[in-house]
Formats: sequence, structure tokens, C-alpha cells
Amino acid sequence: MSKTLIRGAKVLGGEPQDVLIDGATIAQVGTGLSAEGAEVIEADGKVLLPGLVDLHTHLREPGREDSETVLTGTRAAASGGYTNVFAMANTFPVADTAGVVEQVWRLGQESGYCDVQPVGAVTVGLEGAKLAELGAMHESAAGVTVFSDDGKCVHDAVIMRRALEYVKAFGGVVAQHAQEPRLTEGAQMNEGVVSAELGLGGWPAVAEESIIARDVLLAEHVGSRVHICHLSTAGSVEIVRWAKSRGIDVTAEVTPHHLLLTDELVRSYNPVYKVNPPLRTERDVLALREALADGTIDIVATDHAPHPHEDKDCEWAAAAMGMVGLETALSVVQETMVDTGLLDWAGVADRMSVKPAKIGQATGHGRPVSAGEPANLTLVDTAYRGQVDPAGFASRSRNTPYEGRELPGRVTHTWLRGKATLVDGKLT
Amino acid sequence: MQRHLISAADLTRDDAVLILDTAEEMARVADRPIKKLPTLRGRTVVNLFFEDSTRTRISFEAAEKRLSADVINFTAKGSSVSKGESLKDTAQTLEAMGVDAVVIRHGASGAPYRLATSGWIDAHVINAGDGTHQHPTQALLDAFTMRRRLVGRDAGLGKDLDGRRITLVGDILHSRVARSNVDLLHTLGAEVTLVAPPTLLPVGVESWPCEVSYDLDSTLTKSDAVMLLRVQRERMNAAFFPTEREYSRRYGLDGDRMSKMPDHAIVMHPGPMVRGMEITAEVADSDRCTVVEQVTNGVSVRMAVLYLLLGGNEPAVTHARPTEEK
Repeated sequence: MSKTLIRGAKVLGGEPQDVLIDGATIAQVGTGLSAEGAEVIEADGKVLLPGLVDLHTHLREPGREDSETVLTGTRAAASGGYTNVFAMANTFPVADTAGVVEQVWRLGQESGYCDVQPVGAVTVGLEGAKLAELGAMHESAAGVTVFSDDGKCVHDAVIMRRALEYVKAFGGVVAQHAQEPRLTEGAQMNEGVVSAELGLGGWPAVAEESIIARDVLLAEHVGSRVHICHLSTAGSVEIVRWAKSRGIDVTAEVTPHHLLLTDELVRSYNPVYKVNPPLRTERDVLALREALADGTIDIVATDHAPHPHEDKDCEWAAAAMGMVGLETALSVVQETMVDTGLLDWAGVADRMSVKPAKIGQATGHGRPVSAGEPANLTLVDTAYRGQVDPAGFASRSRNTPYEGRELPGRVTHTWLRGKATLVDGKLT
Repeated sequence: MQRHLISAADLTRDDAVLILDTAEEMARVADRPIKKLPTLRGRTVVNLFFEDSTRTRISFEAAEKRLSADVINFTAKGSSVSKGESLKDTAQTLEAMGVDAVVIRHGASGAPYRLATSGWIDAHVINAGDGTHQHPTQALLDAFTMRRRLVGRDAGLGKDLDGRRITLVGDILHSRVARSNVDLLHTLGAEVTLVAPPTLLPVGVESWPCEVSYDLDSTLTKSDAVMLLRVQRERMNAAFFPTEREYSRRYGLDGDRMSKMPDHAIVMHPGPMVRGMEITAEVADSDRCTVVEQVTNGVSVRMAVLYLLLGGNEPAVTHARPTEEK
């Protein structure tokens, strides 16, 4: 059995310690550990975290292999320090049957870079009209526990209510893409001062907030838990805070880009900044950071959304919505949350690994870095600063809003059950 | 002057006054028996129209021809664009044919900006209307018309619109004409008031350099010019207002309302007018209405813009100041 000794790593940002991996498991954590027969990694003060877990990834396969495949997407995930990603259901065909989710799950197994947990669609074809066979997807080999029509909102209140109730039978959770469709017809960017000037269709905050308000009340009424995808406004934070104070079983995620970027960037009309939900204002960004720090927002999820070059190299209205995020997420979180003093590295581990694993019931992920636990680990050089260069991405797509931007932190090593998937920043 | 004309907001006061003064010189060409200058001989201008707009296109075409440019008209309908060709490929195809300037009309806000800034082409880009964003030559021809009428043809030379009170009425939300006019009129020192039902004003309008009112009658008495914007009848189907008649009653300009305006005040409209909706026939056909003049002035202003962007250093007619490239 292969052994790896990580020497002098700041576990969750604490005092330097040695971590011995034996096979797929963490054998020992301590100081002055013996390296006999083990490959030694000198961590030299880098930060060791549990492998990151992304509850919101678009891997695009099946159907849009021109933008990403399960293999390229999981390689991007390993590059970014992830050991488990949840693959969204808006593929072609839609992941609304046991057959499709099993296919995605099997492709993930074969990739070997990162565990892939498929998300099942809530409704057939993401059309919001008829429940998909949620039970069949749960009982399939993929064992689906998270259901989402992401990309579209489950806007019909009755369908949403039934879905929330139905998945209780097997402990599932519905992850809502909160976007009131009538309020966002023709919407192109956040509605406000900038949209008024640019003449781009406005995407009002209330379109998100009204659905979140409705859904937390529905969850309370039927005694279910609900998860809110990519929360993006200060008002949404207030609603989730209120719901939690009331004891409603709600969890919420925020994307890295909503923690850093604002709608001012849209003045360039560069579609690399076009995303759903849209970039909001500085006030929203600050509210989201604060909410992630105080736990109102539970987790960071990337909403990694690869698109081919031609879908962004065009006029704004014609462009696709979304940004890649797996390979820059940790750097953006360090920039916005750690380097600002809002969150320590234990907090980062909690928001990017422990909690997302818990919400998605990902067994073996988001565990403590201690003896006997699965060796799913990420080593981060937090002292690094460098410019983002999309040419170096493992993802098949390059639609990052951070090209040329200097960001801190760099994932150097990732281990999936003891097997190195990333060594010195290079995929194995 | 800049290399491109994308937004009225990009123009400084001096840029704008130079364009208006140059347009006055161009206007004199129209009074000659032979309405043509050799200024752009050998230069090629393409009118790249992704949206139908016969009036704007022929206005640019007339301006280009009077400056002796070679003109190519490209309309999206029936072209490779309708077969799925991208804006980038279309633009690069045209540039490969040796185009010096692209006059672009596009339904997507920001398309001219993308064309000018994405490194796709080197040609000068002139925005002939993009989505609900900007229509800078419209704003310039409106300002030209106001200056002539409110300041004077000769007296206006070198002057801006300092202190003139301009009211824009109608569908501000969907109007690139309104956005361009607010920017340019503010730069020229005018005081702008927007009048519309709240549904037809954008969220965020409070940051614009103008006043906003929901009441037309109270602003009419204080206006030197009232510009009516077209209101599409279909808007009432999306609940922007209840009915055509209710809109007309509250925001339409009829003879009674026009009589409340100061004697010197003018009525403007960028066209095409919806008679009976935002303007009655009585007003549209009155002496105070400048709709037809605006069309004439449009050619002069577009000549001035083309000359200043493309013409280089030679005087356009006489006395025209040289343009400095940025």
C-alpha cells in the first residue's frame, strides 16, 4: 500500500503538522511523524484542507461536449482542489431519468479525478410542469439526493410544494434556482443604475427574492428542507436570515463571482460578465460576504458554467450566460473572505467542504483531517499571488471573468482517497 | 474627436459644438445647385443594418454620397446573417473588402461598442442606433435643430444650449433617443425634463442628469422644446399603460396642450410618428413642429460626423476646423 507523508502543513490553517496517508485513508496526524517508505511532500507552511465539495457544477455531458465533458470537468475540479462535484441536470438529454443520472455517475467513476454526484431534475425536461421520477433517480446506482431544475426556476408554487414534500420520503433536498420568470422576461443584467444607462433589460432583485420568500414559507408549511442556489442579493440574505431565525430548514449557497464582481463590469458589454443570476451591486457583494461569514449563507458553490468561445465572442444579447469557476473558486474566496479577515481557513473548510458535503449527503467527503478518515485532501499555497491565465485551465472552456486579474492562493496538491490527482499544480 | 461615435455621452461640449458648427457648413452645401463635396472620395463606408430602418439608412446614405464616399448597403435580411453568421464574421468580411467606416444599426444594446472595442476590425464605427442604448447622431441632429430654432442659425455658431429647457415625453424606458438626448443636452448645458408614466421610465433613471415628472401639463409652460417619443401600441399589451386612449389623454400632445407652451417653443419628434397616439395631426402639421426639418438636418449632421471622423485634416467646406485624432 502506498504511503504519503505531508510534512509541515497548516491543517485548516492551524499550527504546522505532519499528515500520513496510508492507502485511501489518513493514518496519522501529528508532529515528527516517521516517513519510512512514504513519499514525502514538504508542505512548508501551505494550508491543508479537506477536499473541496462543489454542490453546483455544470459538466455539460451528455449533449454539450464541445464546452465540457465529465472528464475535462473533473480534471478542472481536481485542479481547483475539489474531490467531489455535484453535476447539474440541465444536460441534453436532461438528467431527469435514472438512465441519464447513472450515465453521468459512471463517467465520473471512470474519470478518476473527482467523485461526481449527479443532480436530478425536479421536473421532466426542466419544464416545470410534471415531476420527474425522483424516486427512481434516488434508487439508481447514482443514488441522487439533490434535485434541481437549475437554469430554470420551479416557478409553479404547487409543483414546488409537491417536490418539497415528495423527496422527504427518501431524505432528498430540492435546490431552487430562484428566478420569477415573468419578472425576468428579456432580462440581461441586474436592474438598476447601470442597466438604465446601458439599455439592457433589467433583472430585478425582487425576481429572486420573491421566489426565496415563497419557498422558505412552503418549506415551513410542509416541514421540508430547501436549498437556495446562487443567492445574489442583499434582500435574499435578509429573507434567508429571517427564515433561519424562525427555524425553517433552509440552506443557501453563494458563488465566488457574486462575492467579488459587480454590475459595473457590464459597462464593457463584454459577455464574459453575463451570468445568471446577474452580477449585482457593491452593496449586494458586501452583504453576501457578511452572510457567508456569519453562516446565513451556508456554502460557496461555483456554478461552473462552461461555454464555447463563440458563445461569448459576440454581442451581449446573443451571448450565453455563465462563467467557469472550479479552477479559481478558492482564490476568489481567499481574496474576498480570508484576506479581508472575514473567514479563517477552518471557516473556508466548513463553507467549501464540510457543509456542502452535508447538504448533498456526500459520504466520505467534508470529513475532519484526522486519523481514520478518507484521505480526500487539498493543499493550498496561500502565499502565492498571480495573474489568472485561462490558457492554463484544465476545463475545456475559457469563459472566465478573471483573465489577467491578480488573485491570491494556488492549489498545489489534491488527493482523492489517497490517490494524488494534482501534484505541484499539475494533473496526474 | 474620438475614433468612433458610439455614445452621445462620449462627446465633450467642444466636440459637440464642433460637430454642430461643421453641420451648419455642410447645410450650405445643400443650398448649392450641386450638392456634393469631394471630401471622402475613395473612402468606402458600409451601412450595416441589422434592424430595418429605412429613414436612418437613407439619411446616412445621402450624407455619405454628398461627401463622395463609396457606399455599400448591407442589410441583415436575406444575407448570411440570417443564416447564422456572427457579428464578428460579418464585420471581418466587410473589413476584408477594404471598408473605412462602418455605420451600424443593431437590435442588441452595446453591439457597436463591441464592434469598436473587441479588436475584430480597424474601421471607424458609427452607431446608428443600438437596442435601447444610444442613437448619437439622432441626438446631434436634435440639438442642431434646437440650436437653430432657439439660438439662431448664425447666432448659434460656437454656442451650446445653455439654460434651454427641453422636455422629452413618452416611452423613455425603451428609447435610445431619450438616452442619447439626455446625455448630449446635459453636456450642452440644457435643462432636461423627462415626462412619462412611471411604467415607461427605467429603474435607475434617478441617476440621470435630468428631472423626471409624471405630469405633462405642469412642464409644458416651462419648456422651450417638447420632444415626443414614439409609443408603440403593443406596449399596452404588456401592461405599461391601460389603453391607447388613456395614454393619449394623459401624455399625448394636442392643440390645447400646445397652446400652453411659450410662443417660441417648438415641438419635435424623431419619427416615425404615431398620429393620434403621442401627437395629434393638428400638432404634427403645425408650424411649431420641426419633424421635417429634423430629417433635413439629419443629413447635415451625419455629413459632419463622417467628415470629422474620416475626413482627416482638410477643411470640409471653408473655415471648418481640423479635427484632432485621439
